[in-house]
Amino acid sequence: MSSIKIRANVDDGVTTVRCLMSHEMETGLRKDKKTGEPIPAHFIQNVTAKWNDQVVMTALWSGGVSKNPYLSFKFNGGAPGDQVEISWVDNMGETETGTADIS
Amino acid sequence: MIDSKRRMLLQSSLGVGALGVAVSAGLLAPRAVLASWPEEAFHATDKATALSSLLGSDATEASDAVKIKAPDIAENGAVVPVTVETETAGVKSIAIISAGNNTPLIASFDLGESAVPFVTTRIKMAQTSDVIAVVQTPDGLLSAAKEVKVTIGGCGG
Repeated sequence: MSSIKIRANVDDGVTTVRCLMSHEMETGLRKDKKTGEPIPAHFIQNVTAKWNDQVVMTALWSGGVSKNPYLSFKFNGGAPGDQVEISWVDNMGETETGTADIS
Repeated sequence: MIDSKRRMLLQSSLGVGALGVAVSAGLLAPRAVLASWPEEAFHATDKATALSSLLGSDATEASDAVKIKAPDIAENGAVVPVTVETETAGVKSIAIISAGNNTPLIASFDLGESAVPFVTTRIKMAQTSDVIAVVQTPDGLLSAAKEVKVTIGGCGG
């Protein structure tokens, strides 16, 4: 089970996608309060959103995006039952992909 | 835009052996690797450098056509909801900048052909400052700004 939660619904030919990802989004600027050691940067750098097999949007992010990022976007087209796929890659090379059907 | 990124990737992947191996071994989807991350733009400490590096120009024109929605007061600077929307046609990308952050460029969204120029996300803000949306159109860069007052740890003061 992917940790990316996705909701997609189509209205009047425009599909709205909302998604919530689970990620620390550590900037690398914070320090551990107990040890004073800097906390290494760990954040999502690339997000790719696909409708069926077509890329509708790619996002480039810094650590300035909030922890457990929320993202919403829209595209023209889409029908109930079509698949939306969202995947991310972070600065440590970790990656995750989630899918949802348009309702 | 995508093509130039692909070129950048091809060049950079020559130097990054591990990545190249991962791609050739099919471990990574080519799509995920394709969008190279513009490190220079994200590490820039001022808005002009970030924009020049990201979009090739920092010549933005304030425009009513770009709508940015953010709270007047953010009680928690770690989670500030921001929505950028425009009716302009042919939008290639939308960038979100928090002017008061050490590295102002927060995010850049490259829109595909079918995408509607609309995006909502939540950003971190270090201090009270303008949040700026920069929309890349065929006619140049359009921008809109909204000041957000950040009262970290305060009780709405």
